[in-house]
Amino acid sequence: MTQVPVASVFASEWTPLVATLVRELGDISLAEDMAQEAFLSATEHWSADELPDAPGAWLLTTARRKAIDWIRRERRHEERLPLLRAAIAVPPPEQHDLVDDQLALIFGCCHPALDHEAQIALTLREVCGLSTTQIARAFLVAEPTMAKRLVRAKNKIRTAGIPFSIPEGEQRTERLDAVLRIVYLIFTEGHTASDAAELIRGDLCDEARWLADLLSRLLPTDPEVLGLGALIAFTDARRDTRLDADGHLVLLEDQDRSRWDRQLIERGLALLRRTWGGPVGPYLLQATIAAFHATAPSSDATDWGEIVRLYDALAVVSPSPVVELNRAVAIAMAQGPAEALELLDELQRRGDLEDYRYLHAARADVLRRLGRDEEARHAYRRALELGGSGPERRFMEERLAELSALAD
Amino acid sequence: MRYLLLLYSTPDAGPEPNSPEAMAEMKEWYALTQELVDAGAMLGGEALHGADSATTVRVRDGKTISTDGPYAETKELLGGYYAIDVENLDAAVEWAAKIPSAPYGSVEIRPIMELPPELPDA
Repeated sequence: MTQVPVASVFASEWTPLVATLVRELGDISLAEDMAQEAFLSATEHWSADELPDAPGAWLLTTARRKAIDWIRRERRHEERLPLLRAAIAVPPPEQHDLVDDQLALIFGCCHPALDHEAQIALTLREVCGLSTTQIARAFLVAEPTMAKRLVRAKNKIRTAGIPFSIPEGEQRTERLDAVLRIVYLIFTEGHTASDAAELIRGDLCDEARWLADLLSRLLPTDPEVLGLGALIAFTDARRDTRLDADGHLVLLEDQDRSRWDRQLIERGLALLRRTWGGPVGPYLLQATIAAFHATAPSSDATDWGEIVRLYDALAVVSPSPVVELNRAVAIAMAQGPAEALELLDELQRRGDLEDYRYLHAARADVLRRLGRDEEARHAYRRALELGGSGPERRFMEERLAELSALAD
Repeated sequence: MRYLLLLYSTPDAGPEPNSPEAMAEMKEWYALTQELVDAGAMLGGEALHGADSATTVRVRDGKTISTDGPYAETKELLGGYYAIDVENLDAAVEWAAKIPSAPYGSVEIRPIMELPPELPDA
């Protein structure tokens, strides 16, 4: 007996199974436990070359039976028994119900009444099916810490009455934004690990990409959902080229573009094409910027003017100092470092990004290119004071050393 | 589920007392209360006198100690409450967003603990 078939079924069946059980059992912890038991049972009953005809239905029926046993034994949630007994007799949910169940699960895990850390942990546990150990490892926290975080989140869901449902009306847009933000946060944590020896944590990038794909199947016409999927695809296509063999940071302009993942770029472009003619939101704009990078043969051959114009649009639909910073970096490429420095100095005067290392790193680079070495050194030092991953720090330390060598 | 909506605001926020704006807001409070009643969600609710009328009581070593003022020194003070019975947190949030002081204050939503009406025999 091998566990391979169960593993492949797990990837496609975990989320719909948990989602349906949450609706039927009305309790996330119970749903998670019963889904887990059903999979455990599958590893015992399925043989390598013979899966049930409908593995999803098999798992759901098994989980429902186990839930009935549990409820009888524990004498809790007894009001659910008649419903569950009836459920076993009916066929598994239709496809559109499965879509709604899964959306409801995602909206519940990303409910704004939970803090971001809890939303991320719950999404990875319940939607992606990662174990507590895996999530703890991905976020570099001790397993008991992560276990506690999950328990606290599930307790809040129960006591506060957080529903697993698809929000309606004006709430829906806001809540979908919150979901997309969580998926993007998971991706950025993987893509630019905030404080770690390593720069990239591929497992989190993979999970974020999987979540974005799931969302683009559940909401196939939402331009922001597709935009986020494309943004993640384009950015992740560069994953293997962002560090050299010695673990040194390689800037976008120096990356070996022949090693960018063509398949992922094509996937991103296909997602973008599906948004044509629709409304344009922040993720779609960022994805379009990323598409210009992904399809340019080199940094010099990149249409920086168009990228600046896209940042202009982004600054209108989602104004923020970080967008202004990125726009200034694009202006450095499109018009030159002097124009960019003016904008960066203005940002620094306003002070919103005083503790944001990328502002100081960007200023340092522009100052360096203008030959203002002393000020560049000062800015690199300030950026280094503000943390960052090992490769990022090493990159700046090397730049700093070069500048100091010139000064001697 | 039953929720308590605790209405907080800073004393100088909101309309000037006895102003036309305050009268207009008063209408909103009555309208909201009626809406809650009509929806079958209203369990109770009151407005409270200002925090300068508050007395905080502690019992320590069997002695009752009363002190002037609210328990916590915060900028936002409790000004009133609604107790409501609605399906879930999303519904409670929807009602909270309709509260007239929400635009200048805040509403804390607390689920009410479901306890048995009598202590079960040990």
